[in-house]
Amino acid sequence: MVPLTHYLILSATLFSIGVLGVLVRRNAIVVFMCIEIMLNAVNITLIAFDRYLNQHDGQIFSFMVICVAGAEVSVGLAIVIALFRNKPTVNLDELNLMKW
Amino acid sequence: MSFVNLAFLVPLFPLIGSIINGFFGLKIGKDRVSWVACAGPVLSFVVTLILLVSIFFHPEGTPYPEQSLFTWISAGDFVVDFGLQIDPLSLVMMMVVTGVGSIIHIYSIGYMYKEYSYYRYFAYLNLFLFSMLLLVMGNNFLVMFIGWEGVGLCSYFLIGYYFEKKSACDAGVKAFIVNRIGDFAFLLAIFGIFKMFGTLDFSTVMAAAPTTLIYDSEAATLITLALFIGATGKSAQIPLYTWLPDAMEGPTPVSALIHAATMVTAGVYMVVRCSALFNMAPLTMMIIALVGGGTALFAATIGTCQYDIKRVLAYSTISQIGYMFLACGVGAYTAAIFHLVTHAFFKACLFLGAGSIIHGMNNEQDIRKMGGLKDHFPITYVTFVISTIAIAGIFPFSGFFSKDEILYHALMDGNVIYWGMGISGAFITAFYMFRLVFMTFHGPSHVDPQVHPHESPMAMTLPLIILAFLALIGGLLGIPLFHGWHLLHNFLAPVLAFDLETALHASERMLAEHGHHTSFAEVLHQAQRTSHNIWLEITLMLFSIGVALAGIATAWFFYIKKPELPGKLSKGQWGFDLVQNKYYIDELIDEAIVKPIVKGSDLLWRQADARGVDGVVNGVAQTISLFSKIARSFQSGFVRNYAMFMVVGFIILLILI
Repeated sequence: MVPLTHYLILSATLFSIGVLGVLVRRNAIVVFMCIEIMLNAVNITLIAFDRYLNQHDGQIFSFMVICVAGAEVSVGLAIVIALFRNKPTVNLDELNLMKW
Repeated sequence: MSFVNLAFLVPLFPLIGSIINGFFGLKIGKDRVSWVACAGPVLSFVVTLILLVSIFFHPEGTPYPEQSLFTWISAGDFVVDFGLQIDPLSLVMMMVVTGVGSIIHIYSIGYMYKEYSYYRYFAYLNLFLFSMLLLVMGNNFLVMFIGWEGVGLCSYFLIGYYFEKKSACDAGVKAFIVNRIGDFAFLLAIFGIFKMFGTLDFSTVMAAAPTTLIYDSEAATLITLALFIGATGKSAQIPLYTWLPDAMEGPTPVSALIHAATMVTAGVYMVVRCSALFNMAPLTMMIIALVGGGTALFAATIGTCQYDIKRVLAYSTISQIGYMFLACGVGAYTAAIFHLVTHAFFKACLFLGAGSIIHGMNNEQDIRKMGGLKDHFPITYVTFVISTIAIAGIFPFSGFFSKDEILYHALMDGNVIYWGMGISGAFITAFYMFRLVFMTFHGPSHVDPQVHPHESPMAMTLPLIILAFLALIGGLLGIPLFHGWHLLHNFLAPVLAFDLETALHASERMLAEHGHHTSFAEVLHQAQRTSHNIWLEITLMLFSIGVALAGIATAWFFYIKKPELPGKLSKGQWGFDLVQNKYYIDELIDEAIVKPIVKGSDLLWRQADARGVDGVVNGVAQTISLFSKIARSFQSGFVRNYAMFMVVGFIILLILI
């Protein structure tokens, strides 16, 4: 049996990759995908603890996260499309209108 | 029904006229404006006559009726009614104001008819009458003060009537500001009176004055002195007289009504109204007599060297009001009011005559460009000469009676110095007034050939005739001539004698109780002892007629017999320069007071306001904007920056926990 530590290390690694992706990538779609990675890293943690503690709250909670992630993707992509209609780019550095 | 209940109608009629003309004057056309404007004063005059008749049936010894219209201010102990009072003194003033006012309104129809803003003129003039009537009818200091301020305001409006002329605007502002100085003192006096008496009603204050105020105390002196400073502002006495000659920028009927007959005499009225207070302050009385006599003499000398027909009359007005104050200063209040009435007649007539000439000469005011006008202006000439004789004080014209009475009292109740100032002023008055007549109507003509002098229309000559008639017979109020025995004196006696008697008793009691030195009682006794010396009185009369005749003869010699002499004599004389330039008083005030104030204000504006106050306000704004600049650098618009902040913040949080 794979010990809990492994899962947590995997999850932490994925999460860090996600954070780094959000911080360094300029493509809005890629940033999105990184956010999804972070969410899924959290899901892994939830399932791992669920299994380890032999309770089922974690599974239910991860479903919740998946639902929210799905909704978020749809809204997020819609925003990206709307942005793209205004300005034909997905480069976040060029989308800097919302400042003082 | 008591007729006194009609009193409120007297100021109401001009107010209605003013409102109609002020708001609808342009729409209703000039003819209707004239009707509305003249109806106000004439109706007021009729009501005043009714009141005058009713006062003769007033039971002796009872207080005079007052009409309280409504409670105006009620704050704790401080209650002021908006009340009017009808007593002999206010009735005399009302007669003068509405009577002369009506005549001048009618005259104005002829004089102002060509003006575009005819309605504006009459709206102001009616408003002036309203204020003036409030001033003389108010039964307490505060109502009087509204009238006092109201006439000042209307005076400002009317001096600046030709507002497209810079000099007229300046003159209006000058009159207003100089008056404000006096008004401030008047206001202080009102505060002082309220502090001492706890009320502002004339009847209460005057009745309480002899007992509440201590004779010759600081409080009495300060209050009366402040009142008198207020009077000097309104009545153009030294040192606040400089506005009146400049006020001649206004239309001539305005000069006649406001700056000769009524408003400028408000100060005299106020002093007489408060005579009970003034009786308690011998120091103030002395100052009043000196200022009055000094002004009478001083302004008369300036009058001798002026060339503007209206300015000569303006200085003459200042000088004549000086006589009234001289009379007040020696306690001869009746004489002051008597001279006020006769002066209103002859000075209004003189001003309207001057207006008639100016009107017929295409607005020429310089008497050097006149001469020989008596054939062109027959009616104006006759009325002008009658009034001039009246002001010079020749028997039996009105000015003789009143001026002689003042001079008599100046000698008897005052001293030789007062009398000397008065009699030398009388000589100069006779001289410069006849100089004016001779230069204007006699001698060779210096009229510009392009000007065709012509007599004025009926609307203007009729008022002249009425006023000249009044100037001729106005002295009959003073029959039968001798001290303490004339109509006006008897009429006013209930208002004034009461004060004198009570004051006398009070000061006698003070003497008995405290051993104070009170010269007042002695003076009064002395006055009563000497007042029945008829032969002295007749001698003085003959002497003053002689002085007036000497003045006329001098004028005749200089301006008819040897017209080239004045020019020769005055050439290069520094004294003449001094007088002609009005003793450089205007320049002096300009240098000593006006310029430092302007400079100081400039400093306050540029340094204290622009730098100081604005600096603080702008400094606050700049500081905030500096902080905002730092704060807004966080909002770069780059999404990744925001994400960065979130992560960094989260990490810091983790470390801290």
